[in-house]
Amino acid sequence: MWSFLHKLASPPHFYGLSAKMIPWFYAAGLVAVAYGTIAGLFYAPADEEMNDGFRIIYVHVPAAFISMSAYMVMALGAGIGLIWRMKLAHAVAASAAPLGAWFTFLALITGSIWGRPMWGTWWEWGDPRLTSELLMLFLYFGYLALRAAIDDTAKADKASAVLALVGAVNIPIIHFSVEWWTSLHQGSTLLKSGGPGMPPDMLYPLLAMILGFVLLFAALLLTRVRTEVLHRERRTRWVRKLIMPAGEPA
Amino acid sequence: MTGLLSGNDLCLLRGDRCLFQRLNFALNCGELLFVEGANGSGKTSLLRGIAGLLEFETGNITWDGQKILDAYRVFRSDLVWLSHRVGFKGELNLLENLQFESALRSCSMEKTAAVIDRLSLAPLTSLPFRYLSAGQQRRVALARMLLANARLWMMDEPFTYLDMAGQALVAELIAEHLAGGGLCVAASHQAVDIGAPTQRVTLQ
Amino acid sequence: MPGLMDGFIAIVRRDLLLAWKRPGDVLNPLFFFAMVASLFPLATGPSPEQLMLNGPGVVWVAALLATLLSLNSLFLSDFEDGSLDQIILSPQPLPLLGLGKAAGHWLLSGLPLVLVSPLIAVTYRMPADIVGVLMLTLTLGTVSLSLLGAIGAALTVGLNRGNALLSLLIMPLAMPVLIFGARTVSLAAAGDPVAAGIYFLAAYCMLALTLAPFATAAALKISNE
Repeated sequence: MWSFLHKLASPPHFYGLSAKMIPWFYAAGLVAVAYGTIAGLFYAPADEEMNDGFRIIYVHVPAAFISMSAYMVMALGAGIGLIWRMKLAHAVAASAAPLGAWFTFLALITGSIWGRPMWGTWWEWGDPRLTSELLMLFLYFGYLALRAAIDDTAKADKASAVLALVGAVNIPIIHFSVEWWTSLHQGSTLLKSGGPGMPPDMLYPLLAMILGFVLLFAALLLTRVRTEVLHRERRTRWVRKLIMPAGEPA
Repeated sequence: MTGLLSGNDLCLLRGDRCLFQRLNFALNCGELLFVEGANGSGKTSLLRGIAGLLEFETGNITWDGQKILDAYRVFRSDLVWLSHRVGFKGELNLLENLQFESALRSCSMEKTAAVIDRLSLAPLTSLPFRYLSAGQQRRVALARMLLANARLWMMDEPFTYLDMAGQALVAELIAEHLAGGGLCVAASHQAVDIGAPTQRVTLQ
Repeated sequence: MPGLMDGFIAIVRRDLLLAWKRPGDVLNPLFFFAMVASLFPLATGPSPEQLMLNGPGVVWVAALLATLLSLNSLFLSDFEDGSLDQIILSPQPLPLLGLGKAAGHWLLSGLPLVLVSPLIAVTYRMPADIVGVLMLTLTLGTVSLSLLGAIGAALTVGLNRGNALLSLLIMPLAMPVLIFGARTVSLAAAGDPVAAGIYFLAAYCMLALTLAPFATAAALKISNE
């Protein structure tokens, strides 16, 4: 078990293994998303309050879920990279950040679209989830900005790792604060995803979409990490062998 | 190779350039490690790596048999650092700066008067530090070395900005320190002979 | 072995002494605080109801901005003149020394803000008992901001245009403090109980006190490489 993980941490082994895994993630992800989309758009019963408008949750909820998970992946990679000095972990953190930022942005857009009919406006500060997602986006921006500001890759890895960990500790606190803040405001308008009373016809497509997004995120992440690894290890022998076919002078 | 201070299989990268690799040394009490090389060859980086301020790509430094990163506080208590950025506050005067230093190291100020006399700093004690010339500032940095109770002296370019008398003073202080059982790691682009057991490392 | 608090006290003393010789470092952010707090009525109109409604929020935002301003230079001179090398290489534990820098920063930035806040509060027609809550929340909040801000300052010292980056890094992390600080004062103005908000700010302060120094130490070592 440990030797497997040890092997996985080595960039060339990771590169080879991920090449085999990525097509499967894409395939499974697309199947799940296809089921979720078709079932959610056409077969799920319409919500009492919102009629067909609620169907955007099939994109919003998975996107929001990924926006949080991506940060956790980023923080985990940062922590492992910082403590155990594993270069691959830093590459994972660096790759997860832009993906997470985009999913957060998607969650914000879809959340805004979802709430528009209910609020009459494109943005409602009183919704805790939306405001939390916005602060999440700012956390991602900070991480990406710090990375961009430091030229040396190793130094950028370590500095942004500290930031990611500090942010990870603060995220639950930020969520709690925003919840409290909106609860003070009378008649807070919450984007409910249906809650426990959601009928199975509505719920299963949602779960499928979440699963599909997770698989697609994994595929996208692995693809980015592969590119990141190639770039970081560009001077090593195994990368040179990959890039230049056998028989040509190195 | 073993010694009180040893470096094993050290390699350092700066950007894409490899400054040095497979570097080894072992230093014992009373010995000087002299790092030579042209400007930009990595002397400062090597010293900073030995002090633990930056990480080597491969290899490690051991002090008294333990890797310094495992027992960093113990290592730091026995180390004092001198570089071209002297590390004193321009707005404070000499005494205030040295007061901070001794509080940081929990040493008493008793020896201070003697050290100030030795280094001929007495007329400068009440001036703000930034009014001192570069050579005078360097001598205040030497005061730090004398006040600290550290076996390992690390000096990056200790002879710059000093006139002949100043350079002779530095050499004398290092020789005394080594004779008393201390160690010294010094980097300079000038070749200097202290007259004590010296190991040399030359960087390209 | 050196006494554990020697280094902490030495750093605080040194920073206070430096500020004594350069009072501008303390006064500038303070003037900034006063000016920002004055900008709002000029921009939004002097109606008393609006002032009383916006007062807590404005004072808090101004305090946050002034703190960010003073955080920029927390480690800058140490980094440039080589003191940071000496601090990192000293026998004292670096987290304690980082805590010392944060403590010095609060004494020179947060505390003056707290002491000046009643004057600003008066211009916003805040009644006297509310001002007490304001000062309490500002005290707890600025301590947290100094601790958290030291991490950001340590991460960005030595970077070009590190100042804007520092604000970008610290702002999302400072949101809980801002939310609870400002809204607690508003609650007090409305006559609602404030215990929850005060407890939260105190708890956050404790958390920052225990964790932030370690992050600051790690960040300082990384930035000083």
